[in-house]
Amino acid sequence: MDLFEHEAKELFAEYGVPVQPGKVAHTAEEARAIAAEFAAAGHPLVVVKAQVKTGGRGKAGGVKLADGPDEAEAKARQILGMDIKGHTVHKVLIAAAYDISEEYYLSFLVDRAGRQFMSICSVQGGVEIEEVAHTNPEAVARIGIDPQAGVDRAKAAEIIAAGRLPGKAVDGAAELAERLWAVFTDEDATLVEVNPLALTTDGRVVALDGKVTLDDNAAFRQEHGRFADPSATDPIEARAKAKHLNYVKLDGAVGIIGNGAGLVMSTLDVVAYAGEEFGCIRPANFLDIGGGASAEVMANGLEIVLSDPSVRAVLVNVFGGITSCDAVADGIVTALGILADRGEPVGLPIVVRLDGNNAAEGRRILTEAAIGVVEQVATMDDAARRAAELASLAATGA
Amino acid sequence: MAIFLTEQSRVIVQGITGSEGRKHGARMIAAGTNVVGGTNPRKAGQSVQLGESGVPVFGTVGDAMAATGADVSVVFVPPAGTKDAVIEAVDAGIGLVIVITEGIPVHDTAAFWAHACARGNATRIVGPNCPGVASPGKSNAGIIPADITTEGRIGLVSKSGTLTYQMMYELRDIGFSTAVGIGGDPIIGTTHIDCLRAFEADPETDAVVMIGEIGGDAEERAAAFIEANMTKPVVAYVAGFTAPEGKTMGHAGAIISGSAGTAQAKKEALEKVGVKVGRTPSGTAGLIRELMQGR
Repeated sequence: MDLFEHEAKELFAEYGVPVQPGKVAHTAEEARAIAAEFAAAGHPLVVVKAQVKTGGRGKAGGVKLADGPDEAEAKARQILGMDIKGHTVHKVLIAAAYDISEEYYLSFLVDRAGRQFMSICSVQGGVEIEEVAHTNPEAVARIGIDPQAGVDRAKAAEIIAAGRLPGKAVDGAAELAERLWAVFTDEDATLVEVNPLALTTDGRVVALDGKVTLDDNAAFRQEHGRFADPSATDPIEARAKAKHLNYVKLDGAVGIIGNGAGLVMSTLDVVAYAGEEFGCIRPANFLDIGGGASAEVMANGLEIVLSDPSVRAVLVNVFGGITSCDAVADGIVTALGILADRGEPVGLPIVVRLDGNNAAEGRRILTEAAIGVVEQVATMDDAARRAAELASLAATGA
Repeated sequence: MAIFLTEQSRVIVQGITGSEGRKHGARMIAAGTNVVGGTNPRKAGQSVQLGESGVPVFGTVGDAMAATGADVSVVFVPPAGTKDAVIEAVDAGIGLVIVITEGIPVHDTAAFWAHACARGNATRIVGPNCPGVASPGKSNAGIIPADITTEGRIGLVSKSGTLTYQMMYELRDIGFSTAVGIGGDPIIGTTHIDCLRAFEADPETDAVVMIGEIGGDAEERAAAFIEANMTKPVVAYVAGFTAPEGKTMGHAGAIISGSAGTAQAKKEALEKVGVKVGRTPSGTAGLIRELMQGR
């Protein structure tokens, strides 16, 4: 789970990582009131920052300076509702503007190749670190971190020195790095990034921005639920999650249900290839019903996929390894029965490919159920092609 | 021969009294695996019925090894206890630990991997979040279905469980020496490269199928290894060409971050070193079929 900047900074503050004081506003009026508080405290200059979980906010016009409450309200009005790379801005952070003399970069992340952790540090911050790594690779230091040793003050100093931060910033940056490491480990984060890490004109080192990704697998021992954001989550994804289904909304017309993450990813690809023939028909979602999926799980899955109004046809692609294909077939029959009983009979075509464990029995169950919308196809490639074709026919009203 | 797992392997199950441990323990025995025991610290001294067989339960991996000569452990314990279970197995000095458990925090995996490194990497760790290792006709440690394929001379290494099964099934007439599911988590104990190296050295393997997916750069590094070290032919498949940036696709490690970890980049890296990359799973099976029939 990615956090908003203001959430990341709240977390930073809990761990003693210096950040600018700031508050979140959902309306321009709230922005004005917050700016008025800052002005009353002798700090009229504020920065109004769009809160969206994507990069490039500055370039998109989502970050603006404002001098006093009037300007803060006007700038917030411009930014709220803005679309930044497909993310609508629902809230802004109003933060005290600091006088900045230099901008650096610091992060902790998982080093997949090294099977450990890593810090990236650079004297060049405030821009995309990938860009710096590309144009000026020697300015970007990558320091491996042994998970057993962690980051103490000496290691933090090593990281900051490798990033070639100037002497005047070294002590503050090393202290901040040590505290940021505590955020990374104690919160089960897979990424904490500060860009820019700023040196103020009065010599303090401050996290001007914050990006945090938390490990969903650690939810059982963390209180990550407090960061859940219903407004930013796709409503179908939210309902799928409540039913413990692994669903990702995409933008095509073929609903996909399969078992196993790899097979489902592969199914999306094969549908997209086949869809090229039919005017760029694409998969509508990723849905992995997992190993050993029961009839009930299949029923929930079908219901979720069919609740997406852009779906024109469904492809159920199951390889029975642990999952038995007769259970999958039962699930399809049961699910369609449940939906019919609710007065929502399924009118969309459902292409089913069953193979592997008990496939013959699964196919027999579906054949005998003789459900009009269900069509069985023997291979994955042909099933994907047929589903794409049916979706294109439905889309053109043929 | 085969790799990692042979007919001599003596297998224990950590978490043998849980529902997954019992279910898959029984399946492993039915597949001909020599399951010699299991562990549960609270049920030491008891025995657990797996199908027709009664299997002894020990308090620790060390006790199980001392009593049975076990050299392989398959871990089914829930995520919150997995780190300690793996560290226990490593400390007991067992040769191979296969971690089936899904949903382990990456900080825990990093911790048990670092622990294994500090102990000199005497224990091979496969997984976590993987289907295990199967050497058809010899032994099966994990949850890979035993009846979908036959013994043969293809080696398989894959991040994905179901794509492994699909490939084993499509090529069941040719058969496999060993299939290794390495798992799709960001940090894993055994990599594509480890398996490629073992298959290259295995006299019972003639060719290798490698299945990858979006996220990280393991496939790119495998490509460099193949170019420098592999004399046996390798055919590959990569899943996730249509995956959007920034979304986790089922496996914790299957995520494109910015422009890194795309399927296209992996395919290009593999093709650049002469590895044929199939467009679909069936197409990939077709490539290896041609290759094996040409031998």
